[in-house]
Amino acid sequence: MALDIENPIEGSFQIIGGNFDNAGEASSQLKNRLLELNVNDDIIRRATIATFEAEMNVIIYAAAGRLNFVITPTQIQIRIEDMGPGIENIEQAMTEGYSTAPEWVRAMGWGAGMGLPNMKKNSDVFKIDSVIGEGTTIEMTLNLT
Amino acid sequence: MKFKDLTEELSLEIRTCRDGLRNDITGAYVSDLLSDVMGNSKAGEIWITLQTHMNIVAVAGLKNLAGIIIVKNRKVPDDILQKAEAEKVTIATTPLSTFEAAGRVYKMLQ
Ligand SMILES: Nc1ncnc2c1ncn2[C@@H]1O[C@H](COP(=O)(O)OP(=O)(O)O)[C@@H](O)[C@H]1O
Ligand SMILES: [Mg+2]
Repeated sequence: MALDIENPIEGSFQIIGGNFDNAGEASSQLKNRLLELNVNDDIIRRATIATFEAEMNVIIYAAAGRLNFVITPTQIQIRIEDMGPGIENIEQAMTEGYSTAPEWVRAMGWGAGMGLPNMKKNSDVFKIDSVIGEGTTIEMTLNLT
Repeated sequence: MKFKDLTEELSLEIRTCRDGLRNDITGAYVSDLLSDVMGNSKAGEIWITLQTHMNIVAVAGLKNLAGIIIVKNRKVPDDILQKAEAEKVTIATTPLSTFEAAGRVYKMLQ
């Protein structure tokens, strides 16, 4: 069902690398907007999983990043751009179980190599682009109809 | 079954958001891998884990879990308890191991 909104609803969040304590803020804001708009539970669940994993990767691997979302009557568009080391082999990074997370991050229960696969699985369109030494950009779209 | 029905059987000490004891528990999810819980747990499940850091509050909140049971009476730092209270996430600790805690919850859910 298309959303009854006049203008697209947008959000923009800064994410600081290494700041584990604020992880989930951006995802939780997006979730709240979607709840207010009475979006279907399953779409909210998928959007939340995808956004949170993207947020976590910026926190774990990059120096800083930004998450933007746009909710239109028919889509949720999420874009996460970071300034970080970039990903050398995207195909390998997308493989379930592959992780370069350091030991102390694994001890926290991150680094299972499920983040990127879960982002892909839970979005309708998933695009990843990365430049070594510059950063990574992920674009995800979830259809509302 | 309600969260509070587990209190005695698991010797739970409720650390945050007592209101959550009224939550219905639809099942349980047992994992210490946060991406696994994020990806595969279902709303209304109780989460049994040994993780005690800040991100468990975000995961439980984002996934609408019924609450978190921390095993082996592991110490939960104060700032995590404060965050959980603010976000209305119920955290309880049990002296039991993951195996025992999960076994008892499983039996009670049958
Ligand atoms: N934003 C990023 N910047 C640099 N490397 C990344 C980024 N996101 C993911 N990666 C790389 O891809 C791997 C797999 O990521 P992911 O599937 O999220 O699993 P995990 O984070 O558990 O390792 C990471 O271990 C890391 O090497
Ligand atoms: Mg990840």
